[in-house]
Amino acid sequence: MGPKEVVALMFGLSLLVGSVFLPARPTRWVSALCVFAAAFVGFRIVLAPLSAGVIAGGLALAAFLYLPALAQRRVVFLVPAMVVLIFATTLLMYAAPGNPFANERVATPTVEAALRAKYGVPKSATDFFFVYMGRLIREGTLGPSVKVLGRSVEDLLLPAFPVSVSLGLFAVLLSVGIGASLGIIAGLKKNSAADYASMGLALIGVSFPNFLIGAGLMVVFSIWLGVLPVAGWGGYRHLVMPAIALALPSAAVIARLARSGVVEVMQQDYIRAARAKGLPESWVVVRHALRGALTPVVSYLGPAAATTMTGSFVVEVLFGVPGMGQWFVKGAVNRDYSVVLGTAIVYFGMIIVFNLLVDLAYVWLDPRLRTQKASDA
Amino acid sequence: MRQGPWAAAARRLSRNRPALAGAAVLLVLAVLCLLGPSLLGLDAMVTSPQLRNRPPSSEHWFGTDAIGRDLFARVLVGGQASLAVGVVATLVSVVVGVSFGMVAGFYGGKLDEVMMRFVDFMYGLPYMFLVILIMLLFSETARGQMLPVFVALGLVQWLTMARIVRGQVLSLRHREFVLAAELLGASDFRILARHLLPNITGVVIVYATLMVPQVIILESFLSFLGLGVALSWGQLVSDGVAVVNPVRSYWWLLVWPGTFLGLTLLSLNFLGDGLRDALDPKSRE
Repeated sequence: MGPKEVVALMFGLSLLVGSVFLPARPTRWVSALCVFAAAFVGFRIVLAPLSAGVIAGGLALAAFLYLPALAQRRVVFLVPAMVVLIFATTLLMYAAPGNPFANERVATPTVEAALRAKYGVPKSATDFFFVYMGRLIREGTLGPSVKVLGRSVEDLLLPAFPVSVSLGLFAVLLSVGIGASLGIIAGLKKNSAADYASMGLALIGVSFPNFLIGAGLMVVFSIWLGVLPVAGWGGYRHLVMPAIALALPSAAVIARLARSGVVEVMQQDYIRAARAKGLPESWVVVRHALRGALTPVVSYLGPAAATTMTGSFVVEVLFGVPGMGQWFVKGAVNRDYSVVLGTAIVYFGMIIVFNLLVDLAYVWLDPRLRTQKASDA
Repeated sequence: MRQGPWAAAARRLSRNRPALAGAAVLLVLAVLCLLGPSLLGLDAMVTSPQLRNRPPSSEHWFGTDAIGRDLFARVLVGGQASLAVGVVATLVSVVVGVSFGMVAGFYGGKLDEVMMRFVDFMYGLPYMFLVILIMLLFSETARGQMLPVFVALGLVQWLTMARIVRGQVLSLRHREFVLAAELLGASDFRILARHLLPNITGVVIVYATLMVPQVIILESFLSFLGLGVALSWGQLVSDGVAVVNPVRSYWWLLVWPGTFLGLTLLSLNFLGDGLRDALDPKSRE
């Protein structure tokens, strides 16, 4: 990593920092621009340039008109952050010892140069970054894989993408479902069976690695009871155990958050007021308490998605799920630069989309944010 | 009778049975792992081809693995690595997180906003992603050793600590004793180190204790992916998971390391929760 790269990285980071100080009006424009750029590049991989442009334009217009200030800020930060992330990942990969061609049978410099040109992997990290980004924007491709011969990164990731997304989404829903319901009941009835169950769940979730939980599930449900397939991918039955193993750690955190949220909210004056009006207790809880009590849970969902993705690297291997996690790990170990960057882009893109959904949910839960100006979001 | 805050905390902790039990279990496990192998004359590496995959017996208490190594010895030696990773990587992240959080909370304003924005950003990344990339910076010969794991895990685990420390410093920042120190002309560094740091020690201890189990779990993820420490509980559990099959059961390969790992992490969480109740009473409902 030379001085030039460091300067470039610092410049990128300072641009990101600068986005914090962007006033409200330009934020609106820049966010629409960011939505357009990200959506165009994303859809360009699977669609023709024209249709990608039309979809991206529509999304950008929708973002400009309807996106809440909070979410606009998020976009203005996260989309440039993706570029910085790609650059930083490139630098890290090039700083690591070895290169994609190091394991090849002794190659003469001419042969190596030819290979580098063919796969678009120049010797310097900055050159690689520009080759990669240029190819991504102009041709809409994530580049060829160096190690999986004759395949492009899209060929590897496109079949894996729906697998990882459905597993991850199901796991997040499961963790919210289990965690929030246990936490809410626990918070309403302290020292009840549900309270102990949520505490037990929280302890198990933080005390056992998910692959150990997964192996336990495998032994019980597949080998002893024989009700679920051991591993592989096919029907919904293959989804159950990996999703549970993935969901438990976040479910544990969510249960704790929901419990303390409910306990805190139930002591508020507005709950007393609702009771004093003579509302039935269930109505007080559902209409008045939950909205406030679940805000911490919603704000945890962003990190929860990241935790779930991290866990999926391991769980996918354990259950033989053909998801994207395997490609990231293989790519990193084999120094297959475009595979690593491709998975990073897809994962980070998913994080951006998920964070936006969380922001929208947040604004829906907390009406004060609807009228807030972008400047003080 | 007047009591110092530490004495009061110790009294509260001594009434907390789960926390005390956790501390006792940890002590026993640590002594067993550190002294056991040499006192009992166990070797984790000696192979015996005629004793492959034997279930527990009087000779090999925990059975033997696929190439006839004594599992009891391996669990104890693996425990040394897991505990070392847990403690050292936590120390790395405490140093990074406390300094980051103190600076952000103390100077506040735009600097704070920028620094915390960075923390939020890092929070959103799948940290395994970073851990793997940092691990790769070390050469092949360092693979399986502890140093890369210390560094990589330490560098991604500090975020929670930074957030908590920043919150604490922010609330202490404008108290009278800080103002007094400022008026007496103390330097910023002196205020941070001599006046603020002692006041957040309790909270730091609590969250450091709760961070150790997370670090041990992360190491086990790395081991599962073949990037961790060569002989750790995570590695042993992964080996045990790998031989789960419907035909023949090698249960001891999974059960023993899994029990040791789970017991340690449960104890650490009990102890951490107990310390939180004792040192940070405000956090209780």
